[in-house]
Amino acid sequence: MNTTFSDVFLQYQWDDIKQQIENCRAADVQQALSKNKRNLHDFLALLSPAAKPFLEEMAQRSHQLTVQRFGKNIQLYAPLYLSNECHNICTYCGFSMDNKIRRRTLSGGEIQLEAQALRQMGFQHVLLVSGEANNSVNTPYFLQAIAQIKPLFPQISIEVQPLDQEDYVALRHAQVNAVLVYQETYHQEVYKNYHPKGKKSNFDYRLATPDRIGAAGMHKIGLGVLLGLEDWRVDSFFNALHIDYLQKRYWQTKYSVSFPRLRPAEGVEAPNFMMDDADLLQLICAYRLWNADLEISLSTREEEIFRNHVIPLGVTSMSAASKTNPGGYVVEPSSLEQFEISDERPVAAIVSQIRQAGYQPVWKDWQPEFIGN
Amino acid sequence: MNTKLNISGRLFDSRLFLGTGKFGSAKLMEEAIRTSATEMVTVALKRIDMETNTDEILSHIPQDKVQLLPNTSGARTAQEAVLAAQLAREAMETNWVKLEIHPDPRYLLPDPIETLRACEELAKAGFIVLPYIHADPVLCKRLEDVGTAAVMPLGSTIGSNQGLKTIDFLAIIIEQSTVPVIVDAGIGSPSDAAKAMELGADAVLVNTAIATAKDPALVAEAFALAVQAGRMAYQASLRAPANQASASSPLTSFLTKT
Repeated sequence: MNTTFSDVFLQYQWDDIKQQIENCRAADVQQALSKNKRNLHDFLALLSPAAKPFLEEMAQRSHQLTVQRFGKNIQLYAPLYLSNECHNICTYCGFSMDNKIRRRTLSGGEIQLEAQALRQMGFQHVLLVSGEANNSVNTPYFLQAIAQIKPLFPQISIEVQPLDQEDYVALRHAQVNAVLVYQETYHQEVYKNYHPKGKKSNFDYRLATPDRIGAAGMHKIGLGVLLGLEDWRVDSFFNALHIDYLQKRYWQTKYSVSFPRLRPAEGVEAPNFMMDDADLLQLICAYRLWNADLEISLSTREEEIFRNHVIPLGVTSMSAASKTNPGGYVVEPSSLEQFEISDERPVAAIVSQIRQAGYQPVWKDWQPEFIGN
Repeated sequence: MNTKLNISGRLFDSRLFLGTGKFGSAKLMEEAIRTSATEMVTVALKRIDMETNTDEILSHIPQDKVQLLPNTSGARTAQEAVLAAQLAREAMETNWVKLEIHPDPRYLLPDPIETLRACEELAKAGFIVLPYIHADPVLCKRLEDVGTAAVMPLGSTIGSNQGLKTIDFLAIIIEQSTVPVIVDAGIGSPSDAAKAMELGADAVLVNTAIATAKDPALVAEAFALAVQAGRMAYQASLRAPANQASASSPLTSFLTKT
């Protein structure tokens, strides 16, 4: 039977989950904490407001579980923005089609310059990022870019528009290790308000994307929601539900979760739902307590102090010295960013911070030859 | 009395092997290698930077004293593992390989079918193969048939520190094996290591319990002592613990009655 996540998703109602989260009491949180293995119901209790007084205990557990499973290691990566061309209107994004910014798609030569700059900074894991401009920034373009930078980076991840299954197979054969795709919000009724125009306005196609990536045999799938669009607790429950489904179905694939918190960007509105640092830490710990194997990634959207302190609390990978504009490292540092980064420290400062926390910065943790059949 | 361990002609004084992942720094790893007195450490090929000659992990392993055992962690198929072993042979200049094929990224449980295939191919190609496997006695015999240098059955899942959950099957493997048996994965404390050695394991491999300890060097030394104690106890042929009292009215006394 050809099921997708949609079959699971439809069994849950946004408002019911919201209610369940609000109904959680301290006893539910204590019960969740007392277990060795936790299910989605426990996850829901751990991200509920009722768990707030238990944050210290959650952080302690999260630390222990992460050290046991991942050791005292933090993986390092950097994004390489290929293009800010985009045919979608997304109300929260600096690259939205209706923003009057200069559009730029890096040429082969420019990609090479950016890649070399990143390699010189020490990175061996690169995350290729683009908007959605299917006529020009598409699978052939990505394959070309990958072929070009492959000699420099053993680990290549990609965060671009949703593609078809055969595209993902082609990317895997080209030595892409991971595909990241964020649903942004699982609140289907309001999804269209945030994504009024473009291919991205199709909620269902986006929702089925991780299924296509999994079916293509990709090694890792990264999921996330845009924290601040809608109630982050409800959205995070659905995100975990999605991971839970994928993990059982595509059992040879690893999963990672990221926490893009809405930040100010040019020409966009302020976040609808604020999430403070304690909330974000609670969410990170809730994920870790629910799923010891999940990779947890924290980007430079977050501020220096927060990033310094969460190194031992559940995170497994961090970006550093990121530029979120195409050409941002060397080609055209002044072009417009997708979002403002908060942690602007150079790589050496991040590395030394990680070491100071008693962790080993890991530049390489992949062998590109592991591409599967 | 404490005879050396012989794997494919190489002799080892120490029967404690170390993993190199999960350490907070390469320096902590180096200290643990020193205090454990280990003579074999396994290194994941995927962590090794082959481009530069200054790899942080490799530069902290005293290769004059320690046999490098590259592992194929990350491989999901025999084909990938064979390729990884070939790359490792080039990069680390050794034909030793710890064969790890775990397609399940959660529990990292080894795939027996792919492992057997890869072992056969690698052994034919002249590698000294030490495969990480489930504690499956039949698989161990099949691996012997295709030329494995040793077998590395798991005590419990990798990184779990749960000790010898598979102990009954480890005992069968040890009883039947014609190649060294190295208990790998799940050994969480020195007492687990001692237990495996008392059982007759030829060596143990430890990583998480040492690497994630507050003081890895101290814990590594504790493991070294436990492994020695366990080995001595095995050689001294400890009596099995009595699990029932002797009967007060003997069952065979009728034979001597007139």
